[in-house]
Amino acid sequence: MKIPFSYSLRNLWTRRLTTVLTVAGMALVVFVFAAVLMLAQGLQKTLVQTGSYDNVVVIRKSSESEVQSGVERLQASIIETQPEIATGADGKRLVARELVVLIALPKRGTDKPSNIVIRGVEEKSMILRPQVKLIQGRMPRVGSSEIIAGSSIAKRFEGGGIGESLRFGMRDWTVVGIFDAGNTGYNSEIWGDVDQFMQAFRRPVYSSVIFKLRRLSEFDNVKNRIENDPRLSLEALRETRYYEKQSEMMAKFLRILGITLTLIFSIGAVIGAMITMYAAVANRVSEIGTMRALGFQRKSILFAFLMESLLLGILGGLIGLFFASFLQLFTVSTLNFQTFSELAFSFTLTVEIFAEAMGFSLIMGFVGGVLPAVRASRMNIVEALRSS
Amino acid sequence: MHVLRLIFKNSFRHKLRTFLTVLGVSIAILAFGLLRTVIDAWYAGVEASSANRLVTRNAISLIFPLPLSYKEKIRQIEGVKSVSYGTWFGGIYIDEKHFFANYAMEPEHYLAIYPEIIIPPDQRTAFYRDRKSAAVGRKLADRYGWKIGDTVTLRGTIFPGNWEFVIRGIYQGRDQNVDETAFFFHWEYLNETMKKTAPGRADQVGWYMVEIKNPNLAADVSVRIDRMFKNSLAETLTETEKAFNLSFISMTEAIILVIQLVSYVIILIIMAVVANTMAMTARERIGEYAVFKTLGFGGFHVAGLIFGESLFITMFGASIGILLTFPVAKIFAQQLSTYFPIFNVDPETIYLDIAAACLVGLSAACFPTWRALRIRIADGLRRIG
Repeated sequence: MKIPFSYSLRNLWTRRLTTVLTVAGMALVVFVFAAVLMLAQGLQKTLVQTGSYDNVVVIRKSSESEVQSGVERLQASIIETQPEIATGADGKRLVARELVVLIALPKRGTDKPSNIVIRGVEEKSMILRPQVKLIQGRMPRVGSSEIIAGSSIAKRFEGGGIGESLRFGMRDWTVVGIFDAGNTGYNSEIWGDVDQFMQAFRRPVYSSVIFKLRRLSEFDNVKNRIENDPRLSLEALRETRYYEKQSEMMAKFLRILGITLTLIFSIGAVIGAMITMYAAVANRVSEIGTMRALGFQRKSILFAFLMESLLLGILGGLIGLFFASFLQLFTVSTLNFQTFSELAFSFTLTVEIFAEAMGFSLIMGFVGGVLPAVRASRMNIVEALRSS
Repeated sequence: MHVLRLIFKNSFRHKLRTFLTVLGVSIAILAFGLLRTVIDAWYAGVEASSANRLVTRNAISLIFPLPLSYKEKIRQIEGVKSVSYGTWFGGIYIDEKHFFANYAMEPEHYLAIYPEIIIPPDQRTAFYRDRKSAAVGRKLADRYGWKIGDTVTLRGTIFPGNWEFVIRGIYQGRDQNVDETAFFFHWEYLNETMKKTAPGRADQVGWYMVEIKNPNLAADVSVRIDRMFKNSLAETLTETEKAFNLSFISMTEAIILVIQLVSYVIILIIMAVVANTMAMTARERIGEYAVFKTLGFGGFHVAGLIFGESLFITMFGASIGILLTFPVAKIFAQQLSTYFPIFNVDPETIYLDIAAACLVGLSAACFPTWRALRIRIADGLRRIG
């Protein structure tokens, strides 16, 4: 015969204080677990969405990122004539030569500078990145000291708002537009005319050439041709792969940190659950004896106590996730060690993370409850009844 | 005395429960100590900086170089004792995962400005003489098994090509907080190669290290240097070495904040666990407390018993945790030397450990004590389990 589910539920209710404390411990662990996963997810989402699968980035061989790269004008022209480049609606090829540099700008409200990416763009840069949309103002005029700022720059950096101006490269640049790029890394960038930037920063070379493929399958062709051309010493990467590579170190760091932390923390919470469950068994020795005498099987008793502990886990998991879901309102901005520039991303909760966190809390409940439950089910009827 | 014995005996009445709680506390204190050490490791570069060194770099940002011609101009400025320069090389050994700091520098003045970098005299002379040579930190040499005379190839990211170096010197830090995982080589080697392959990028340096005569003049000298290059093609930004290092850390502030928050979360978790233990203990002993009260012991004694037991358990766990912190930190330092070149347990961390344990012990005892004091003797005696 089975012990009713309400028996486990009511037991938790009788010992409210203990239940609350145990659940609180577990909830905190689940909160940390979910928070780290959400952070890593947010980072990955931001950087993966930044690239498009059919775009190709060409940078100097082994330069790792656009900032370190250099593509001379002659080399850029050779890239522009590759036959695999798609053609736009106006009949022009979808290719853009860009300049990427870092500048230090102070954040609003503090005087602490942070490195941000300045991207010199051409006419086609916008079309190559459909996720980038102008939400306010207009595009900068070619040949003028005008710039547009990503929405997260406009919000967080001094002088980044529309109508304001920034000073770098011995010139004042007026912000004439704000663009929004959804959940991508472009939100932390400033864009302007590439030729003006090359003048201002005195850099006679481009950083990268970006183009859209005519057909997806032609990537290997164009990659081989570019990388084997003795005039070039450049490498071609799919844009998605390029951005994924840039987040590798950061994602690895977050993963190591997160897994170590949650493992250590979960030991604490499992111990809490174990103490609670051992006490629950110890306090109810005669009760267990009575149930056994009434004819409940060992299996049912094992199951009832395990259920109680799993309930603790479920409660802890739900409460932890409830609070973790509020984290989605926050945006984290930090330095990406690999590109050395500011990157803003937000906590992202997905169904997988929800399932993983709930699974994790159930495991904690199970591990904490299994030993006490086994002890309860193994009790000798006569001794248990005599104990009180 | 009797009270202490009673606390001791009480603590071990439920051996399993006490064992589990002590285990939990020691793990939590260990984790807390390690997290604080991680934060200290983050700030290690700032701690190691000297007050009489300034860093001059391009005002736009670090990736822009300064012309070599600035060196003599800076040297003439009042208050400046000596000037050296370096460039971040950003070379990769094997692959990206094997990261270590590597830069080109002008060796003689650089090592004079950094007295905490100690190279044996014969190795130092050999390093000065050979333009293709490099000096590496002791920990880095241990990590890859490099010996004097070995050839090491780095793949350039900022400066293209494969670069070969011969190791001529292995340095040690004078103090514990000196980074012993860096790789230095001659700026001349870099510059001569750039002259051949990319003349436009020759005769440029990443930053100037300026040693000043008197640390109190740091602000004045910085202003003088920056004023000299105002409105030039490469405007400069000069700050103390400490401020320079801090500016890197402030960019990663968010991560430090997360680690700090998380280190408090572990304390909260363990607080819940200990409070749970104490609540259960007090509930089981309500009858005993009633007997104490009947015998004439005041609330003070009963409170002392509960607080004493709670503190005893947490302190016991905390001391195990603190003792474990040192060997575990040592293992961490070996495993994570790529991320944290310097990883030492600070005495302050131990004080924080003790403070956190006290806080856990005291707050866990509050609620059970309140319950034990409030209950009326008759109710307490009547109550079962």
